[in-house]
Amino acid sequence: MFDIVSFIPRAVSQGIPLLYGSTGEILTEKTGNLNLGIPGVMYVGAICGVIGSFFYEQSGNMNGFLAIAIPMLCSLAGSFLMGLLYCFLTVSLRANQNVTGLAMTTFGIGFGNFFGGSLIKLTNSDVPSIALSKTSAYFSKSLPIADSTGVFGKIFLSYGFLAYLAIVIALGASYVLNHTRVGLHLRSVGESPSTADAAGINVTLYKYGATCIGCMIAGLGGLYYVMDYASGVWSNDAFGDRGWLAIALVIFTIWRPTTSIFASILFGGLYILYLFIPSGIDHMEVKELYKMIPYIVTLVVLVITSMRNKRENQPPASLGLPYFREER
Amino acid sequence: MNNRNHEPLFHISKRDALPWQKAWAIRGAAILAALVVCGVITMMTTGDNPISIYKTIFLGAFGSARKSWVTCQNISILLIISLALTPAFKMRFWNIGGEGQVLMGGLGAAACMICLGDKIPGPLLIALMVVSSLAAGAIWGLIPALFKAKWNTNETLATLMMNYIAIQLVAYYIIKWEVPKGSGKIGIINQSTNAGWLPQLFGMKYLLPIVVAAVVTVLIYIYLNYSKQGYEISVVGESENTARYVGIKVETVIIRTMLISGALCGLAGLLLVGGINHTITTTITDGQGFTAVMVSWMAKFNPFAMIFTSFLIILLSRGAGEISTAFGLNQSFADIITGIILFFIIGCEFFITYKISFRKKAGKEENV
Amino acid sequence: MAEKIAAVTLKNVTKTFGKVVANDKVSLSIYKGEVLALLGENGSGKTTLMNMLSGIYFPDEGQIFINGEEVVIASPKDAFSHGIGMVHQHFKLVDVLTATENIILGMEGRLNIKEASAKIRAICDRYGFDVDPDQKIYDMSVSQKQTVEIVKVLYRGADILILDEPTAVLTPQETEKLFSVLRNMRADGKAIVIITHKMHEVEEISDRVAVLRKGCYIGEMMTKDTNAAEMTNMMVGHSISLNIERPEPVDPKPRIEVKGLTVRSEDGVVKLKDINFTANSGEILGIAGISGCGQKELLEAIAGLQKVESGSITYIEDDGSTDELLGKDPRKIAEMGVALSFVPEDRLGMGLVGNMDLTNNMMLRSFRKGHSFFTDRKGPRKLAEEVVKKLGVVTPDLSTPVRRLSGGNVQKVLVGREIASAPTVLLTAYAVRGLDINSSYTIYDLINEQKKAGVAVIFVGEDLDVLLELSDRILVLCSGEVSGIVEGKTADKKDVGMMMTKIGGKKNE
Repeated sequence: MFDIVSFIPRAVSQGIPLLYGSTGEILTEKTGNLNLGIPGVMYVGAICGVIGSFFYEQSGNMNGFLAIAIPMLCSLAGSFLMGLLYCFLTVSLRANQNVTGLAMTTFGIGFGNFFGGSLIKLTNSDVPSIALSKTSAYFSKSLPIADSTGVFGKIFLSYGFLAYLAIVIALGASYVLNHTRVGLHLRSVGESPSTADAAGINVTLYKYGATCIGCMIAGLGGLYYVMDYASGVWSNDAFGDRGWLAIALVIFTIWRPTTSIFASILFGGLYILYLFIPSGIDHMEVKELYKMIPYIVTLVVLVITSMRNKRENQPPASLGLPYFREER
Repeated sequence: MNNRNHEPLFHISKRDALPWQKAWAIRGAAILAALVVCGVITMMTTGDNPISIYKTIFLGAFGSARKSWVTCQNISILLIISLALTPAFKMRFWNIGGEGQVLMGGLGAAACMICLGDKIPGPLLIALMVVSSLAAGAIWGLIPALFKAKWNTNETLATLMMNYIAIQLVAYYIIKWEVPKGSGKIGIINQSTNAGWLPQLFGMKYLLPIVVAAVVTVLIYIYLNYSKQGYEISVVGESENTARYVGIKVETVIIRTMLISGALCGLAGLLLVGGINHTITTTITDGQGFTAVMVSWMAKFNPFAMIFTSFLIILLSRGAGEISTAFGLNQSFADIITGIILFFIIGCEFFITYKISFRKKAGKEENV
Repeated sequence: MAEKIAAVTLKNVTKTFGKVVANDKVSLSIYKGEVLALLGENGSGKTTLMNMLSGIYFPDEGQIFINGEEVVIASPKDAFSHGIGMVHQHFKLVDVLTATENIILGMEGRLNIKEASAKIRAICDRYGFDVDPDQKIYDMSVSQKQTVEIVKVLYRGADILILDEPTAVLTPQETEKLFSVLRNMRADGKAIVIITHKMHEVEEISDRVAVLRKGCYIGEMMTKDTNAAEMTNMMVGHSISLNIERPEPVDPKPRIEVKGLTVRSEDGVVKLKDINFTANSGEILGIAGISGCGQKELLEAIAGLQKVESGSITYIEDDGSTDELLGKDPRKIAEMGVALSFVPEDRLGMGLVGNMDLTNNMMLRSFRKGHSFFTDRKGPRKLAEEVVKKLGVVTPDLSTPVRRLSGGNVQKVLVGREIASAPTVLLTAYAVRGLDINSSYTIYDLINEQKKAGVAVIFVGEDLDVLLELSDRILVLCSGEVSGIVEGKTADKKDVGMMMTKIGGKKNE
């Protein structure tokens, strides 16, 4: 009755944007920056990719490499600038991180919807959306053997390259964090900036670097959503609150990108579970309760980790606090 | 061989404290600069001249009597939510769960209207709505406060999660109560009987939230500045060590303050559902729970300054809305403009708290 | 011994902080294969001097030579490149990282934990350290953390090792272990400086002793040629008459009785051990001791702010009835009718709220009074006016945040508030720290006034001269234990100095 073979691929494609978002946010938070602007960044990442590909499609000729490279570079550039803005305000100007993050989310979502809306107007289409099917075809192209390998192919091989890239980035981030000197320094900056500073680590540089790279990764999540998951169709507000879910995921996985790979698919699955569980046409409301599960579980994880007080599982000690060397 | 020359070009240090006039002058300058930038951006997108752009913005907010009323009503709601969050912020408790607390308040009111609408007399119904929405908001504020007091759970993340739990809870009830079946929305509640609709003051449709906001502003101002509890909040926010030294129970203060904060958010929910929209949707708060964080912070947690900051935000968003209709832009233009203004105001705080001194030759190391 | 090479030589090094001269033309040599004990009272400039070697401060004047060559040390990095490593009193470690990760933090090159761990193990084996490279810092005891700090310094190839009061946080057994490691390092040709106050440790570990007093270099000698009495003399100098008034106590009666008080810090270190004493009304009980010997814990335990392991603190009323203070928070103590005032060491972090103005700070103690929902600001404002007038607080107005006042004025505000509530017990911690002479005398007068009014004053101080002239009795703490209680009038400064560094002072010798 429960069609697991079609459930898993859908859960995965729901989970990938979350994975991008959470990997980016983990890197950011590990340096002590609580970037609540991630939802905005993901919108900006998505719309910049859309703008890039829109004008490339308008230009007529399509080349596979450029069709992928242009949106990707646009998306990376857009989210990089958002990261830079966040760092300038919170690190250089030592502004409050919560307020800055929320302002960035307001701005980013507005930015996405504004340019999305403007493009929609440019195309004079009847529906309030914009379809970039040609570009999307390149993005969502799966491995040719996916169809011929049956169930295995459907579950593991049926995704566009950005999905695999998300996993590679998550694994890479985990490796960098845990097994390299950069990662060690990065973690120490988030735990105790003054100690890191005393050890000769450039706290500002690490905060800027990790946050900007984190934003770029998160932006790719937005790009994946439009180009692959939504088959190149941009409509305003369609991305919804996935950015917040990505932040929840960071807590849920206790700041571990590798766990995030599975957890994001789990969250993605919970997001669409209602479609697969026959609740009957009379009880459509139950699906909303399923959607609540990720948040409740995250809250429970947050509370349990603070109760158990195990040091590894705590948020980075300086999370949310600006660092000013001369304080004290 | 002397590498003392590697001293940076400038040196940042904390200011003693600016006189408040100067601080507000800096903020004013930042807002002005932001308005100029926004004007330039709008000019580029619309091709109109800046003066007429600002005229459009102003007309968008106050162009007609109705527009002015709606603007004031919107300001009131945003102001109430901002005021609600303020006691928590003064305590350094980052309650970004306004969104959820307002929604729960709204849900409390809607539940009474729907389930009891035709069963009990009007005044009793409204009394029940008030109680249930305040209680629902308070409970939503209490939960993260308990976690914080007991286990020091990070309140920013906990209140954030509570928002989405509230949204899904509301979504659940919307479908449960949807009218007509299958539409996915509730529609106007009790349209025929008007049961549970909050009364119009002096026959004026928009007045109630404005009056409530005015009362709450004064009450919160008095509470924070003249009550013993408000004093305790300030001490806990400034230094938990000092609070313990004079025997203030920090945990009690956290819980009590979040109950108040949540209940006031619930009040905003009540006004939105019972007084303004007469329905409930998951987007009824329209992100104001988050905007209120910024409104309160920009006003430096001063209730009267919040009238101005919430005015600024609403003016811009309504004005930008007008611009987008006038020039065929998109409604989200308002968010971009708001975002830019916020960035400027956020950034300018740096120049109030810190001073930059450029390198001088003389010795620098001061006492530790 | 004659052919010893000076690893470090300081010549006429001077360092001032504002008007305070922390080091005045100090010249000193440190030799390879030798342990130098740097001796001096609190505030004698030992740590400042060493911080200039480790790159934290930069000297105003003077020269530093390393192996005979003049060098400039402008940052901790420079210090490392010259082979100087310092272990500070406050550890700079990241709690959630392992020992190895902390040790290699900030270094360059590819990360190879295994290789680093092996190198750390080699260092440990060589000198006899007991460190598990893979253990997380938060799992470690204080002494283990200190070991990590020392290994960190050695890992970076330091030949000159400076330890700032390394034994302050250690148990005798741990100290013994540390010393045997230091001996191994000495045998290895390292130059070691150990800052300490404790005579017996100096005698045990050092080869040479250098003494500083009030920022000046007093002299040095070989440890084997000297004795504790001589060193103490050099350290404390001659008694200086300060002419602080000491009125005769009038009708002293027991007010606070402390019995068997034992306090353990959160990380399990014993801070106070079986403390017994009585504080009388109308009397000043001075508490002497090297800083960090349990003074803070003692006062906070009486004030109801410190968790106590065992013992009792009894408050005795004038009529002889008693109340137990232990296990009650400050609010309960006040509600019991015990008028206890406390001037804590951390004035702006505990006693006052820096961002609040004078009136609001005056309210801290009294805001609960009355049943009104609202605070009464008239009383506190009047009190603030009185304090400003009576104590001569220099402030633009009453609505100035106290953070912006100078140290002396901050203290006057705090003391003024605390004595305004007509206390029966007054606890003060380092009441004159950082104050100029005039402010200090104002504070002494205020305390004496309280004494005359029959208050039991417990005065924790750091300047022995002041303690000797102000106190009626002096309780000397040494590493969390009562080393002895002496009469203020008859006590000898040197004896007290000895008792601070050794339980019981001379008597146990």
